[in-house]
Amino acid sequence: MRQRNARIGMVLFCVYLLLYGGFVFLNAFAPETMEVLPFAGVNLAILYGFGLIIAAVLLALIYGWMCKPDDEDVVRNEVEK
Amino acid sequence: MIYEPSPQAVVFFFLFVAITLGLSFYLGGKAKSSQGYFTAHGQIPWFVNGIAFAGDYLSAASFLGICGMIAFYGYDGFLYSIGYLAGWIVALFVIAEPMKRLGKFTFADALDSKFQSRGIKLAAGVSTLAVSVFYLIPQMVGAGVLVQPLLGFPHWVGVVLVGVTVILIVVSAGMVSTTWVQFLKGSLLVLFSAILTWMIIERGFEVKAGGEDGYEFQTLGPVSTGSEFAGLPALKGTTPVPPEGPWTDTNFRRFRNDATGIVSVWSEAEIAPGQLVLREAQSMTQTTDGKTLVNGQVKGTKKGEAELHPVGNITKLPGGESRTGKLGFLSFFSTLQNSEVVLWGNQKLTEPDGTKTTVYFQKPTAGSQVLRPGEHPTFSGIRSTKLLDKLNFLSLMLALFCGTASLPHILIRYYTVKDAAAARKSTIVGIASIGFFYVLTLYMGLGAMTSGSMDVTNSNMAAPLLARSMNEWLFAAISAIAFTTVLGTVSGLILASAGAVTHDLVTHAFGVELNDGEKVRVAKITSVFVGAIAIVLGIVFKEMNVSYLVGWAFSVAASANLPALVMLLFWKGTTRQGIIAAVVVGMTSSLGWILLSADTFTKVYGLPASNALVPFSQPGIVTIPLGFLTLIVVSLMTQPKTAAE
Repeated sequence: MRQRNARIGMVLFCVYLLLYGGFVFLNAFAPETMEVLPFAGVNLAILYGFGLIIAAVLLALIYGWMCKPDDEDVVRNEVEK
Repeated sequence: MIYEPSPQAVVFFFLFVAITLGLSFYLGGKAKSSQGYFTAHGQIPWFVNGIAFAGDYLSAASFLGICGMIAFYGYDGFLYSIGYLAGWIVALFVIAEPMKRLGKFTFADALDSKFQSRGIKLAAGVSTLAVSVFYLIPQMVGAGVLVQPLLGFPHWVGVVLVGVTVILIVVSAGMVSTTWVQFLKGSLLVLFSAILTWMIIERGFEVKAGGEDGYEFQTLGPVSTGSEFAGLPALKGTTPVPPEGPWTDTNFRRFRNDATGIVSVWSEAEIAPGQLVLREAQSMTQTTDGKTLVNGQVKGTKKGEAELHPVGNITKLPGGESRTGKLGFLSFFSTLQNSEVVLWGNQKLTEPDGTKTTVYFQKPTAGSQVLRPGEHPTFSGIRSTKLLDKLNFLSLMLALFCGTASLPHILIRYYTVKDAAAARKSTIVGIASIGFFYVLTLYMGLGAMTSGSMDVTNSNMAAPLLARSMNEWLFAAISAIAFTTVLGTVSGLILASAGAVTHDLVTHAFGVELNDGEKVRVAKITSVFVGAIAIVLGIVFKEMNVSYLVGWAFSVAASANLPALVMLLFWKGTTRQGIIAAVVVGMTSSLGWILLSADTFTKVYGLPASNALVPFSQPGIVTIPLGFLTLIVVSLMTQPKTAAE
């Protein structure tokens, strides 16, 4: 289970790394794209920023939902009982 | 005056501190063993621990610093919010569960679980201490900044007050009480920020010519280039003061009132080709005989006497409206996007005789500019064409990304829950509450920017002053929460240092045998000692910028701790020597880089930036990879024989 959890963690981490990296590099090398207004008159800087925060929360929830309890923990909890 | 001591705030503040202390004494009775002292017996419920994560993490820098930076410069402060939150992804997906499995008390335990080496304990213990102390400085400075206007005490009283209270909390109860304090404060902070945000949206925007004290700043002109301002009706009865000394090459114009002798300062700006206007500025002068002048008059302490006017107003709304009324969560931004806001810049001038004047001048700025990145000096590099300037930005964003997962006071929180699953769940709760709060920072910062209640001299007070522009009780609540924010973060940091000294340095590195009771006693003595150091540093670094110091702590944490932690978890070839070398190299290189950077040269040593020995100020992009490289090279050189064969 530990392996499985770690693998899920790595995949989700890479997804977020791409999103965050995209934001940072857009800011650094094409800052003018951050000024376009793609939706509801709100600029990309704000939408992407909010998007990153929401993405972090969503990925965290997905991770929590997909992970199985650790073998070790299950054993230890039973011993404690 | 901007800061009138508020009786409600004072009562509320002391009530808050009393409850916090009472709670910690009560819960402290339950923690007797060293397990209980450092890790709350590993029995804190995951949800409480998750909110306590938020409490630990949302320090003075997050709450006061980010809101202040957004209020003064716009979107850029929000980049910190994004970076700080992104770091939690590293913590959750990569570090949380293995940390919980490997360690017992401290971050060094986890690093050392495979090797049982004194060297690792020593290196990790020292790096924990170094990061904690650097992170403590801005918290203590923040405490002083808060207490000064709130209760009317001098800065050092605030610092001592926080120091003593925190030492009491930590010595009385350790991790149990600290966790509950953090839980309490974390939930209140998020709750009250949400209320504040809702009120900002309800209030909407309104066009004004000045701040909430009713004073309207004037704009004179336009006149065409070459003609004199002195003839304008508003300047009748004044004589221009000829520019001399430091005033020569500035845009500032001064006029002396013939009747009163009071000098007013204006900034000249070109609004269209050949069209000049004068905008009213504010000034603060320190004379050589110790007097403080505000806008040319002796600074007062009572109502009606001279003082700087509160600022922060919108001068134009879309469609020429004068007020918007209630807004939506998105129309808040789209309205601001098409408005014009007055931001304030400042410039310090020193006369040959030593008189120092700071001129605060208006900068009417388009909303579209306020809402885009790159306006703050730290981030302006992204608009530069030079790669080096961009590297500084990339380096900071990398340090924020990697720093969170390496902060010792965050790492020890993984040991307060019962197993890896609980560590995971509490991190998720932490991410959700911290993320929600960071979304609110953008509303609060921009709300503060347009609230008419800002103090031009101090961006750290933006959030509490915004609350006061809403109502006095909210101000009292927000100030008290901000203060407990400092209390909570400082107690967490002091505990992390105490743990590092007791376990890593005294017990393991120096090999002193301690029984349980002695361990707790050593930790308590350390807490008093570290607390005292924090008090002194908080007073010494009074003038330093809070977020600057936090960035420093993040860079050092990421460079020293992250390479060792990650490689230990994911590379079997990691050796004892490799870990020690990575921690030592990461810590010293990032510290050294910061000490030799342009930021430190100008802000700390008072030397010109061009003397700096490193090409840009943020070390992360160089020193984090350097830590990894060191670990790999040293590990490869010191592979055990069996593995090599």
